[in-house]
Amino acid sequence: MHIVVCVKAVPASTEVKMDPVTNTIVRDGGDAVVNPFDATALELALRLREKRRAAGEDTRISVLSMGIPATERLLRDCIARGATDALLLSDRAFAGADTLATTHALTCGIRELGMPDLVLCGKMAVDGDTAQIGPELAGALDMACVTDVRALVACEHDAVTVYAGGDAGVSLIEATLPCVLTVAKEAATLRMPSIAGVLAAEHAAVDVRGAAEVGADAARIGLSGSPTQVVRSFVPEQQAAGVEVSGDTTAQAKQLVRIIEEVA
Amino acid sequence: MAGLRVDETRCIGCARCVRACAHGGIKVEHRLAHPTDACVFCGACIDACPVDAISIERDEAAADLSVYRDIWVFAQVDKGGAVLPVAFELLGRARALAAQRACAVVALLPQGPNGTGAPERELIACGADRVLTVHDARMVPLDAEMCAGWICGLAQQLKPEIILYGATAFGRELAPMVAVRLETGLTADCTRLEIDEATGLLQQTRPAFGGNLMATIECPARRPQMATVRPGVFAGDACACPVTVSDDAVKDKIVTCPLDASARPRVRVLATEPAQQGASIAQAKRLVVVGRGIGSKKHLPLMQRIARALDAELGCTRPLVEAGWLEYPHQVGQTGVSVAPELLVSIGVSGAIQHLAGISGAKTIIAINEDAQAPIFGIAHYQVVGDAIEIVNNLVRELESAAPRL
Repeated sequence: MHIVVCVKAVPASTEVKMDPVTNTIVRDGGDAVVNPFDATALELALRLREKRRAAGEDTRISVLSMGIPATERLLRDCIARGATDALLLSDRAFAGADTLATTHALTCGIRELGMPDLVLCGKMAVDGDTAQIGPELAGALDMACVTDVRALVACEHDAVTVYAGGDAGVSLIEATLPCVLTVAKEAATLRMPSIAGVLAAEHAAVDVRGAAEVGADAARIGLSGSPTQVVRSFVPEQQAAGVEVSGDTTAQAKQLVRIIEEVA
Repeated sequence: MAGLRVDETRCIGCARCVRACAHGGIKVEHRLAHPTDACVFCGACIDACPVDAISIERDEAAADLSVYRDIWVFAQVDKGGAVLPVAFELLGRARALAAQRACAVVALLPQGPNGTGAPERELIACGADRVLTVHDARMVPLDAEMCAGWICGLAQQLKPEIILYGATAFGRELAPMVAVRLETGLTADCTRLEIDEATGLLQQTRPAFGGNLMATIECPARRPQMATVRPGVFAGDACACPVTVSDDAVKDKIVTCPLDASARPRVRVLATEPAQQGASIAQAKRLVVVGRGIGSKKHLPLMQRIARALDAELGCTRPLVEAGWLEYPHQVGQTGVSVAPELLVSIGVSGAIQHLAGISGAKTIIAINEDAQAPIFGIAHYQVVGDAIEIVNNLVRELESAAPRL
């Protein structure tokens, strides 16, 4: 069985601070980390492999990312934690991609790795919150798709069974392979790397490829391949001030009781 | 080749672009700005430039967009076949946009084989000019892939200018599947939707950069333009007094469009445990929301007590869920549950944009926070600056002594 886990490098802190005087972003740097939802996806893949290994079956786990060259360090860390191999799509031509252009790039990467039985991704990235990549990949690869997976129950040769969240509650769902699963963060916590894993990862080759090398269509990646454009970013205006409830805490509490009675 | 361009004749090397950039994507050398390889084309520098020296060059050929018309709204039904409230909120918003564009509003209603006709009538009464529907066993339970195939077929044939979806769990799975098949743009979790009357360009605004900035996003060269909106965000736009419609009047407005006979669901729901908490805070009439400002986990019982005294549900901000104080279904905000209660009492919440976006549907907000500068006060109707724990203690005492216990 072949599993591809898609990971994204995100800032260690998503709390971007604003300078109140200049109204500009304060960059406090901070190292990139693997998006925590994607880390959970990797852990689910590793657990599935252990289960299958006990049954005497082989599983290849590839990690795939699109990002700047420095992302190689994160992919090496994924290998230290148990991934079999890694592919990093890194090229200036990929920059400025929205979810559609990212999907095209990742689709090319997945084809390069060899069509998998399962594609796992985090339910969403903590820095973008769009939750679009998983279902878009499923559409692009013509695979079944289950989002918000809470637990992987079983994975046979032609079907995967999972618990997944939805509008009606948590459901037990069976999907045909090949399948894209997007994973909720609470499903598992990624294990620490073993010493043997770290040593092996040091010498492991992270395959780094540019757009042309994976056959990506230049018109469908990066800025050129992105239908959406950010036309304006702004600090939201404060609305008109509300009523101030003043006095000491006892007086404030008394006024609040009256306000609550009035409004609801 | 597309890219960030700096007009050398205009740039004055003031470096405001460098300060505005969150990515290190631009630098100033020899009093001239240069984009670096870290640029992600977010456009922050363009807005910051005082002399309009920066632009993003794109090399997409202009397509003929004039054939695209009308605004479509996806109407999701629940297990009982009733349309979810978010569809009516979107219909209300779509009506306002359609009035500016002088076009029609169309509801998309995939449902099971035994339709009563009630959802269609309700959608028309609440603002849909037409309803496109399908009665098919493959739509029970709703299957995102089946729905996406159905919508894509219709969109390729009828060419809508805009499609809006509620950002329910299902909508968030469905919309990207449609976007990738139609190769068009999709903006998640919009908090504002406006339209350019002349061009039909949809201005989609959503929180960005971890919630400290808002970004307005457009999809200039592809159609349909697509956006998802969290339930509750446009609660004020939902039609308050639906018109009465007779069966005859709706007849020509309902078009049944069959699903491709060869389509087979690849996902089977074997069993469902109904949701508990998540649904209850989304629909709560009264809600207490607590944030990091309550200081310590030991104050949680007090918060539960005030919620009980107010007959309210308890919600919280993202950091509290991340710290493990409360479970994820309690999380209020863009990445948790969007809420629209009559009364929201916010305690020790500073108010990141993503949280504020999730509570914008609340009718009355009372905010209690020690920090008078906290952004939550920007949207609160009643502002209580002071020690949250002390005020809540007093409030609990007042409420419990004033009200006869149930």
